[in-house]
Amino acid sequence: MSLAVRTTGLRKVFGDRAVLDGVDLEVRRGEFLALLGASGTGKTTLLRILAGLDAATGGSVLVPPVRTVVFQEPRLVPSKRALANVIIGQGRAARAKGLAALAEVGLSGHADAWPATLSGGEAQRVALARALVREPELLLLDEPFAALDALTRLHMQDLIAELCARHRPAVVLVTHDVEEAILLADRIAVLREGRFVTDLTVRLDRPRDRTDQDFVELRRRLLADLGVDTHAGAAP
Amino acid sequence: MSTTVEGLVAPNPPRTAGRPPALTFALRIIGPVLLLAAWYAATSSGALTKDVLAGPQDVIATFGELWADGQLPEALRVSVTRAGLGLVLGASTGLLLGVVSGFTRLGEELVDSSMQALRAIPFLALTSLFIVWFGIEEASKILLIGVACTFPMYVNVSSGVRNVDRKVVEAARSFGLGHLAIAREVVLPGALPSIFAGLRLSTTLSVIALIAAEEINVTAGLGYLMARATDYLRTDILALCVLLYAVIGLLADLALRLAERFTMPWRKAVTLR
Ligand SMILES: Nc1ncnc2c1ncn2[C@@H]1O[C@H](COP(=O)(O)OP(=O)(O)OP(=O)(O)O)[C@@H](O)[C@H]1O
Ligand SMILES: [Mg+2]
Repeated sequence: MSLAVRTTGLRKVFGDRAVLDGVDLEVRRGEFLALLGASGTGKTTLLRILAGLDAATGGSVLVPPVRTVVFQEPRLVPSKRALANVIIGQGRAARAKGLAALAEVGLSGHADAWPATLSGGEAQRVALARALVREPELLLLDEPFAALDALTRLHMQDLIAELCARHRPAVVLVTHDVEEAILLADRIAVLREGRFVTDLTVRLDRPRDRTDQDFVELRRRLLADLGVDTHAGAAP
Repeated sequence: MSTTVEGLVAPNPPRTAGRPPALTFALRIIGPVLLLAAWYAATSSGALTKDVLAGPQDVIATFGELWADGQLPEALRVSVTRAGLGLVLGASTGLLLGVVSGFTRLGEELVDSSMQALRAIPFLALTSLFIVWFGIEEASKILLIGVACTFPMYVNVSSGVRNVDRKVVEAARSFGLGHLAIAREVVLPGALPSIFAGLRLSTTLSVIALIAAEEINVTAGLGYLMARATDYLRTDILALCVLLYAVIGLLADLALRLAERFTMPWRKAVTLR
């Protein structure tokens, strides 16, 4: 199957510290990859290089020409209404597509709202619509739900799963949440000390059930890879 | 690129490393050097005669002469003191009023309308009135410069303070900071870019106002040098003084830009993430 991302020997050095130290990554078209890693391991750094926002220090990167990012915060332009934010840079002809994208994220009623009047989850959904309306071949998500409450988060996870199943972009999702990764991803990679220490395919049937024995087993394994001791029964 | 995959491209991140500093410097200096060369060419070819404008070499010679006999250092001291005192006076008034009007609703209601009205008065129109009020000595000159410098500072600071991220202010308030503490810890640092923008405009204006103020009965300062040079048609001294005004402005601006770097270290480290 053809590729959507290929990096070889990717390095990124800040000062004298190599945050990414020889990352080899391949993501197939339509594949959903979740990227786990403790805080400060370089997940955002990798994502920004894939997005073309930062330059790598070394190694090679290949990505599709059309790629979009949803950042941890919505990053909407405060002077534009929701719909204008979604179709920003695309001209008025994209209005219909923009409205459709807003409808997909359940915000048809908010097309004329100012970003400042949207709730956190709503603003993040507008940002998601903005990323989807461009029909990306590669969708990059940097902890897009981290700032949301648990309930909204569950809704957003369902929404992402549904939208990705429909549009089939290649997805790289950065997250801290192991359950989120297992729920959504086809493949999970764990970043530690500049490299992938784990790269596994999730072979659970969808929709996935958190209480399923295999789910729990996989979760324990990933937490161990992340360096979390689960014997105390601590949930993330 | 070592490998290629059909349909994929290498991303094209914005270049972070700028031009080498030497090249930047060379590019910056091209314009001024060309201007100087044109001036030199025009005067030495005789296109501009000495009674119209003296050449750069004459101006340099005159500078040496006036510096050596002490006239120039004295004139500079007097003029820079006037401009500096006026600037300090005006800029601090503008800063204070700008913070008050930008930060509090009541302050805006009380201060803003009168400042906007006063701002419409061209300060040059006040020259004669200031002589009547404050006499022909230093006070009227410094006050005139002060008035001129107040308004650019006020306009920039009040809008800068108003634009400080209200979410951060709200957060600070929730941690129990009082009005004064918020102004000092959050609002002023946040408004620093606007404060510097205002300060740079005020500095330019202080030199302009200095020239106007030195029309008032001067017995010392650059204005005095110019007045006498006019009587003797010394275009070399006139050109020298014009250049010195420009140099004062440039040096002040340079100092402010350096100060900007030192007082806002977080701006250098900005990474968009
Ligand atoms: N511009 C920079 N200058 C210096 N160090 C940086 C810079 N950007 C990132 N770093 C460092 O690189 C490391 C990786 O940062 P990155 O943001 O990629 O982490 P992350 O894995 O996304 O963490 P988190 O899960 O907390 O978001 C961090 O230790 C950070 O301090
Ligand atoms: Mg991050």
